[in-house]
Amino acid sequence: MIAEAGHYALVLALGLALIQSTVPILGARLRDPALMNVARSTALAQLVFVLGSFAALVTLHVTSDFSVLNVYENSHSLKPMIYKITGVWGNHEGSMLLWVSILALFGGLVAAFGNNLPMSLRAHVLAVQAWIASAFYLFILITSNPFIRIANPPLEGRDLNPVLQDIGLAVHPPMLYLGYVGFSISFSFAIAALLEGRIDAAWARWVRPWTLLAWIFLTLGIAMGSYWAYYELGWGGWWFWDPVENASLMPWLAGTALLHSAVVMEKRNALKVWTILLSILTFSLSLLGTFLVRSGVLTSVHAFATDPRRGVFILLILCLFIGGSLSLYAWRASALKQGGLFAPISREGALVLNNLFLTTACATVLVGTLYPLALEVLTGDKISVGAPFFNLTFAPLFIPLLIAVPFGPLLAWKRGDLLGAAQRLTAAGIGALIAVAVLWAWTRGGSALAPLAIGLAVFVVLGALVDLVERLGLFRMPLAISIRRARGLPRASWGTAFAHAGVGLALIGIVCETTWNSEYIGSMKPGDVTHIAGYDMKLDGITQRLGSNYREMVVKFDVSRNGRQLQPMMPSKRSFVTRGSTTTESALQTHGLSQLYISVGDTAADGATTVRIYHKPMVLLIWFGPVLMAFGGMLSLSDRRLRVGAPKPARAGRLLQPAE
Amino acid sequence: MRRILALVFALAVMISSSAAYAVLPDEVMSDPAKEARARNLSRELRCMVCQNESIDDSAAPLARDIRLLVRERIAAGDSDAQVLNFLVARYGEFVLLKPRLERQTLLLWLLTPSVLTAGALALWISSRRRKAMASKDSASARLTAEEEARIKQLMSAEPASDRQI
Repeated sequence: MIAEAGHYALVLALGLALIQSTVPILGARLRDPALMNVARSTALAQLVFVLGSFAALVTLHVTSDFSVLNVYENSHSLKPMIYKITGVWGNHEGSMLLWVSILALFGGLVAAFGNNLPMSLRAHVLAVQAWIASAFYLFILITSNPFIRIANPPLEGRDLNPVLQDIGLAVHPPMLYLGYVGFSISFSFAIAALLEGRIDAAWARWVRPWTLLAWIFLTLGIAMGSYWAYYELGWGGWWFWDPVENASLMPWLAGTALLHSAVVMEKRNALKVWTILLSILTFSLSLLGTFLVRSGVLTSVHAFATDPRRGVFILLILCLFIGGSLSLYAWRASALKQGGLFAPISREGALVLNNLFLTTACATVLVGTLYPLALEVLTGDKISVGAPFFNLTFAPLFIPLLIAVPFGPLLAWKRGDLLGAAQRLTAAGIGALIAVAVLWAWTRGGSALAPLAIGLAVFVVLGALVDLVERLGLFRMPLAISIRRARGLPRASWGTAFAHAGVGLALIGIVCETTWNSEYIGSMKPGDVTHIAGYDMKLDGITQRLGSNYREMVVKFDVSRNGRQLQPMMPSKRSFVTRGSTTTESALQTHGLSQLYISVGDTAADGATTVRIYHKPMVLLIWFGPVLMAFGGMLSLSDRRLRVGAPKPARAGRLLQPAE
Repeated sequence: MRRILALVFALAVMISSSAAYAVLPDEVMSDPAKEARARNLSRELRCMVCQNESIDDSAAPLARDIRLLVRERIAAGDSDAQVLNFLVARYGEFVLLKPRLERQTLLLWLLTPSVLTAGALALWISSRRRKAMASKDSASARLTAEEEARIKQLMSAEPASDRQI
């Protein structure tokens, strides 16, 4: 009954979406407010039905209703409750349902909080949202229905893939999807602007908070996924240049570029056509990511060819939306007027430079991800493109970009003074040079690359601080005035400084981890001691434990440093009965920003256990940096200017907008 | 067909989930310099049955075989390039995670520099064009005496209320 209700709700949502994708456009053509307002009601109703459908699937998973195929294949009655819930989106069908739920959520948000949008713009935006929604409802209903029943219900389910039975699954996919799908809003705004043939600074002011919101979630989602891989996979890698990761990195790079170009458009009314194109590209890359992950094309071109139904359907959606939007762009973009002149050395110029490097980086990831696929389809030759390729092509792009980052906020709009900015950055430059010199001396003439990279990162962090110091007039004026200025400083300026500092901190973490990582791989018996990075690790003993749906071998390590006893570490190996597979649960111990990392493998007949111990210096900065970036984004999002919404030129002053 | 796919997927997951066995203690070479070379080479070589994993990260039996092969060649006195050539001859270009620059990978390697150059060029041209347009605009913006007079006449003729924005 619940399954059928969920299925039915999804069909109703499709019906509503079809209405929403046509009627408001008609209304905009006829200038009929009633028809245009249909979009608002259907968007909210759609949200209700999709959430109902999603709730139905969650209920089926929670109650372990194995008469439903999706539950049978991905759940088990003994699975802990949290994984019963997260298991809903730990599979193809459920994750697509989450995808459309989030799409409906964003549509509902625009409908609910878009009161200050011009009516025809809102009608167009919601209609475009409904086009996307209709396509994906159809995809779910035709190829990936999560509510299919089994004729003879089995007694027990096949359990969720053990690797996914982790708190990471509760956070990572929803965050990532909030990011991916959030970019659909800027896409819809871009298409609406092209359809209307009108775009202005107010448009950018509406688009920017939505883009920022999606970007914050995507940033956190990617960072979370990276940390999950780090502790779950058992050898401490945090980025693999895997096509699935690249699929999330591409929209992030394009979205970051979009965020910056939207600033130029809002403040200076320039780069309009480019901003529109970036909005289209960012969401297109999100769709491409969905296609790559969901079609099975990545496992192998042949896997795609043997069960092509899903893949071909998403490929069709992809072609329709990307091809359609780009054709519309080619046709209508010339109608949008360019405005806002600026000299090459200016805030705008710096942001254009940022866009140039970010889009090039994005193109590099795109070609590296798709090239092997394309080559195999065209010539049958198989090549691999992996981490060494990306390290060589992608990383160098960030050197000029990061050098430019501190200059950007210090340059004036329209025409900037590069020499003046450089003078104000002297302190940051000196700090960076000191960092390089100290590190170089400390590593005693080792590779010069790592100290230089850290010097660059220090320059970025100090540059962000210099920007704040300059704006507050710190050290130049009495403290009281600086504090007053700090209160008056727009939150967006704080946000910029935090986000840029986050980039620098992440780079420090990346360089330290890759350069000064210590590793021990060996066999240890109980009582054996090994030394790593100043820590003494003693294998104390091995015990067996029983979990709710697994058995576990726990290895206890005594950790001490200079004879001082620290907390013991307990890595383990879990065997899951139902799927007959094992996972390694590594043990992590944090010391400042560095971590000790142990994972254990097999135990031989003589009691020797394969052990891998790592000391990872400053590793936490790799994720702390993105968190700081997201925090900067949130500060910027809470800026009064964005919260209040764009002013209404026609009725300005008559009513004040309430804060959302 | 679907069952076979599911099996392949389950296998792939099992392989990737037990990654803790990559580089086992018994593989490690006694000479640390040679071992470091072996590790560096391992990071450039693909485990061909895995999804985009290097043999250094992978726990698949094939990855272990190739790791041992790499160490065998190093112990036999091969240079890094010789080891790579040996493996390419045996397993094909697919084994390299960083494809060599050849006719069919030309586009892959040249895309980044060409996008960057093309982008920079496009920016330079558009900034020049805009500057030219701006100077033309300001040249044409200067009004002739005749036009000035006409404007004055229009302004005075217009009722005051219409001039409000």
